[in-house]
Amino acid sequence: MAIENSTSLLRRAMAHPSFRVGVIGSAAFLALALVSLVWTPYPTDIVDIPNRFASFSVTHWLGTDYLGRDQFSLLMTGIANSLKVALLAMAIGAMIGVPLGLIAASSKGWLEAVILRFNDFIFAFPALISAIIITTLFGPSAINAMVAIGIFNIPVFARVARGGALSLWTLEYVDAAKLSGLSNAQINVRHIFPNVASLLIVQATIQLSLGVLAEAGLSYIGLGTQPPETSLGLMLKEAQSFFFGFPMQAVIPGLAIVLFVISFNLLGDGLRDTLDPKLSKAGSINVAG
Amino acid sequence: MFGFALKRLFGVAVTLIVAAAIIFFLLDILPGDPARFMLGINATEDAVAALRVELGLDQSAFNRFFGWGAGVIQGDLGISFSQRMPVSQLMSERLQVSLPLALSALTLSTLIGLPMGIVAAQNRGKFGDSFTMTLAQIGIAIPNFWFAMLLVLAFAVTWRIFPPGGFVPWSENPLVAAKSLVLPAIALALPQAAILARVMRTALVDVIQADFIRTAMAKGLTKKQAIWRHGVRNALLPVLTIMGLQFAFLIAGTIIVENVFYLPGLGRLIFSAISARDLIVVRSAILVLVAMVIVVMFLVDLAYAFIDPRIRTGGQSIGN
Amino acid sequence: MTQIIEKMIKNSLLAAAMIGGTAFGALSAEIRVGMVLEPPHLDPTAGAAAAIDEVVYANVFEGLTRIDQTGAVRPALATAWEISEDGLIYTFTLKDGVTFHDGTSFDADDVVFSFERARADNSTNAQKGIFAPITAVTAVDPSTVEISIAQPQGDFLFNIGRGDAIIVAPETADSNQSSPVGTGPFKFVQWNQGSRVILEKNDAYVGDPVALDKATFVFISDPNAAQNAMLAGELDGFANFPAPESLSIFEADPRYQVLRGSTEGETILSINNAKAPFDDVRVRKAIAHALDRQSIIDGAMFGYGTPIGTHFAPHHPYYVDLLDTHARDIETGKALLAEAGYPEGIKATFKLPPPTYSRRGGQIIAAQLREIGIELELINVEWGQWLEDVFKTKNYDLSIVSHVEPFDIGIYANPDYYFQYDNVIFQAIIEKLNVTTDEADRKTLAQEAQKILAEEAVNGFLFQLAKTGVWKANLEGMWPNSPVEGNDLTAVRWTN
Repeated sequence: MAIENSTSLLRRAMAHPSFRVGVIGSAAFLALALVSLVWTPYPTDIVDIPNRFASFSVTHWLGTDYLGRDQFSLLMTGIANSLKVALLAMAIGAMIGVPLGLIAASSKGWLEAVILRFNDFIFAFPALISAIIITTLFGPSAINAMVAIGIFNIPVFARVARGGALSLWTLEYVDAAKLSGLSNAQINVRHIFPNVASLLIVQATIQLSLGVLAEAGLSYIGLGTQPPETSLGLMLKEAQSFFFGFPMQAVIPGLAIVLFVISFNLLGDGLRDTLDPKLSKAGSINVAG
Repeated sequence: MFGFALKRLFGVAVTLIVAAAIIFFLLDILPGDPARFMLGINATEDAVAALRVELGLDQSAFNRFFGWGAGVIQGDLGISFSQRMPVSQLMSERLQVSLPLALSALTLSTLIGLPMGIVAAQNRGKFGDSFTMTLAQIGIAIPNFWFAMLLVLAFAVTWRIFPPGGFVPWSENPLVAAKSLVLPAIALALPQAAILARVMRTALVDVIQADFIRTAMAKGLTKKQAIWRHGVRNALLPVLTIMGLQFAFLIAGTIIVENVFYLPGLGRLIFSAISARDLIVVRSAILVLVAMVIVVMFLVDLAYAFIDPRIRTGGQSIGN
Repeated sequence: MTQIIEKMIKNSLLAAAMIGGTAFGALSAEIRVGMVLEPPHLDPTAGAAAAIDEVVYANVFEGLTRIDQTGAVRPALATAWEISEDGLIYTFTLKDGVTFHDGTSFDADDVVFSFERARADNSTNAQKGIFAPITAVTAVDPSTVEISIAQPQGDFLFNIGRGDAIIVAPETADSNQSSPVGTGPFKFVQWNQGSRVILEKNDAYVGDPVALDKATFVFISDPNAAQNAMLAGELDGFANFPAPESLSIFEADPRYQVLRGSTEGETILSINNAKAPFDDVRVRKAIAHALDRQSIIDGAMFGYGTPIGTHFAPHHPYYVDLLDTHARDIETGKALLAEAGYPEGIKATFKLPPPTYSRRGGQIIAAQLREIGIELELINVEWGQWLEDVFKTKNYDLSIVSHVEPFDIGIYANPDYYFQYDNVIFQAIIEKLNVTTDEADRKTLAQEAQKILAEEAVNGFLFQLAKTGVWKANLEGMWPNSPVEGNDLTAVRWTN
C-alpha cells in the first residue's frame, strides 16, 4: 500500500462539492486573518464614544461597535485571534497526542495501558472546569485559553493516531520491516506516520473549528481573549448586551463563527470522503463537544 | 466477561486515586487567600488569621490530603469554606438540576441525532443525506450560548411559554422544575444531536460497505433489513463512545448554559467556588464529576465488550 | 341578649371580611427581586459581602438604629437615646415586646451579647472599626442599654445602624449564617443555594407592619439573563440592574419603571501612590488632566453616574464640587509628564476587577491616558486575585474600583491602605473629624479633606455609581438611593 500522491489526492478531493465549498470558505477566512496582521481599515484600539453603534456606511462597511471601533477591522482581527487560539491549541494537541497514540499502538503492554488511562483521565476531566482552573492559576488570557483547549485535543489526536496505526501494524510490509531489524520508533516514523497523516489532517481541521467554538465559549465566561484585544467569541459576548437595540452587533460575529466552523468542517469532510475507506473506518472518530 | 469487567474495574479504581491526587495538589497552588477573600476589604489581620486557623489552613498539604481522602471514602466531602454547609449537601442540591438536565439532554440528542444519522446513511449521496448533514453542520457551528439566548428570547420573553431561567426544587413544584429544564435541555441537546448524527452516519456508512452486510443480503435480507438488523448494531460502537463523552461534557461543561438560564447547577457551583477560592468545594465537586464520568465510560466499555466479543479477548474492532 | 347577638354579627362580619379578603385580594402580596451576586452566607455581622446585607438588612435583622433612604438615622430596636454632655456615654431605651423569629424575647442582654460578640478578638465582623472606640456595653435594665466610648464620635449612631451592628440572639448567633434569626418584619424561610432566598412576613413583628407577605431574592449573575428575566415577567424588580445599556428599553415600556438614584460608591481610578512614577504628584496631576469623566460615564455606564472631583458622595451635604481642580487638558497633561521627567511617556499595568464599570471603563480610560503618552497594559482579574494583588500586597500600578462604604474618606488617612497615600496633614484632619460632633465643624473639616485629595490628585476621581433599579410599574416604596448596604423592603407595596 503506497502513500497516495498528494496531487492526485487533491484532484479527487476537488470532485466533492463539499470540499470545494470548504476550501473557498477556509481560504477566505485565512486570507482575512493574514491581512489583518499587517493592515486593517481602522485601528482597533481607539475609543470613539460619540460614533458608536453606527450602521453600515461607506466609511464603515459593517458599522461600529459599542466603543466606536470599526466592525470590519474588528472582524478581521477577531478572526485572526480566534484562529490563532484554535491553531495553537490544535498544534499542542497534535504534537503531544500523535506521538502518544503511535507509541501506544506500537508498544502494547503497560506503556499502552498507561497512555490509555491518561487519555481516559483527560476525557473524563470536565474541560471547562480545567480551563477555569488554568486561567485562575495563570490569569485569563488568550494563551492560557490555548493551553486549556490544547490539553483536550491531546487525547483526540492520540485516539485517532492509535486507531489508524493499529490497523497498519497488521499489514505484511510492516512485519517485513520489523523482521529486517527496524526498531518500533523507526517503523513509526518511516511507515506508520506517513500513512496516518491524512487521517490526522482531517481530524486537525475538525479540531480547528472546535477550537474556535471553545474559544467563544471561554470568552463568554470571560476566560478567553481579553479586551482590548478581540476575538469572534468576545465580540459575540459583548454584542449580546446590545441585542435589543442593535442586533447586527451580534449577527456579524455570530455569522462569522458559523461560517468559519462550517468551512473547516466541510474541508475535513471532503478530505475524509476522498480517502481510502479502510483507513478512514479504522481511525477516525469525530470527537466533538 | 466477568474477568474483563474485573480488570477494568481495577483500572477504574487506579484512575480515581490518581485523579484525586492530581486534583488535590493542583488546586493547592491556587494563588489567593480564602480567609482574606471571605472577610473582605476592611478585615483586620487578626480576623483573617483566626479564620485561617479555623479553616485548617495551617496544616501541611499531605495531612490535608489524607484527611480529605479518608473523609471522601466515608462519604464526608467536607464543609464548604465560604458557605458553611456540607459539600455533600451542596452537591446533592445541584445534582437535582444537573443530573436530570444531562440525562434529558442526552436522551433528546439521541432521539434526534441517531435517526438523522441513519436517514443520512441510508440515502447516502442523495437529498436526504445532504439535507440532514447540512442541518447537522449548522447545529454544530452555532455557539451554544448564542443559541441558548435565542431560545430564551423566543420562548420565554416573546411567547412566555417557558421560564427564562431559574429553578424550583422538585419537592416544591415538579411541574415548574421540569419546565425550567426544557429550554436548557434543548440548548444542550441540539449541538450534541448534530454531532451524533454525523458520527452515526459515518459509522453506518462504513458498516454498510462491510462484508457481513453483503453476506446478509446474499442470505435473502433486503438492504434495509440488513442495515437495521446487523449494521446499526455494529455502528453503535463508536456512537456509544461518543455518547459516553457527551455525558462527560453534559454533566460538567454546562456552565455556559447554567449561566444563561441562571440554573443552580454543578457547573456554576464549581465556577463560583473557584472564584471564592473555596478549595474544599472545588476539590470534592471535581472528584465527584470525574468519578461519575469514569464510571460512565466504564459502563460504555462493558457495553462495547458485550456487543463485540472480540474486544474481550483483546482483538480489534470497529471504532477503537 | 341583643348585645351578644350584636357581637356575634360583628364577629362573623369581621370573619367574613377576612375570608373574603383572603379569597379575593391577597393572592398573598409577593415579590420576586433579582440580585447579581449571591451572598456567601446570611450573617451580616460575620462577613463583608454587601450581598448579605442586600438580603437581610432591615428585612430580617435590625440594629439599635436604622438608616432610612435619605441616609438619616432613625430609631429601630432603640426607640430613644440620650448622649451625655461629653459625648462619651450613649443611653438607649429599647422597644418593648420584641421577639426574635424563634420566639425568644429580646432585651438589653441581647444587645450586650451582640456588641461583645462583635468586639471579641476572634470576631469575624468586617467592620470592627465601628466597635473599636467602645469601652463598655452594659444592660442597665431589660429595656435600657448604656454604651461608653473612648472619645466622642460624630457618626456613632449612623455606624451602629449598619448591617454589621445588627442585634442577634445568643441562642441562634452561630447558625445565622445558614439560618438567620432576627427581629425584623420578615423571617427567613429557606435558601436554595445558587438559586434564591425566600422570606416571609413576620406576624409577630412589633412596629409598622409590612405590606408584603413573601419576598424571594433570585440570584442572576449574567446581565443578559437578568434583562430577559425582567422582560419575561419572571421578576418583579431588580434593585441594582446590572445592564445600564438596556435601561432605555425599560424606560420606554409602560409596564416597568426605572428608579434612578445614587449609591455610596465612589468609583475611582486607584493609583499606587508609593510606586514610581506615581509617587510624583505631577504624574498624578497629568493623569487627572487626561480624564474625561463624562465620556467614561457615557461609554461604560450609558450615562448613569454623577461625576465626582474627590472621594465624596455628591448627594452628601458636606460635598464640595472640585471637578475643575485638574480639568481635562491634554497639553497640560503632557507638559506635566515632561516636567516630571517622562517626555517619552510611561508604561504601566492596569488591573481590572470584574464589574462593568471597571472592564468597560478601563478600556475608555486607557484610550484617554494614551493621549498624554501613558501606555497601559490591561489585566483582567477576578475579585480574589484583585484582593491578593492590589489590595493586600499592593502589587499594582493602576486599578479601578467603586468604594461603597458610606463616608469612607478616612481610608486616605491610613498609609497602609492600598493607595499608600501618606500625608500627615490629611491624617490630622481626619483624626480631628472623627472626634468632632458639631455639624458645622464637621462640614468644614470634611471639605478641607476633600480639597487636599483633589489637589494632590491622589486617585483619579471618576464618578459616583448610580443606583438604577428596574421594577414593575405597579410597585412603590422602593429606595431609589443606597445610603447603606441593603434592600429595605419594609415600605414596598403593590399599588393595585
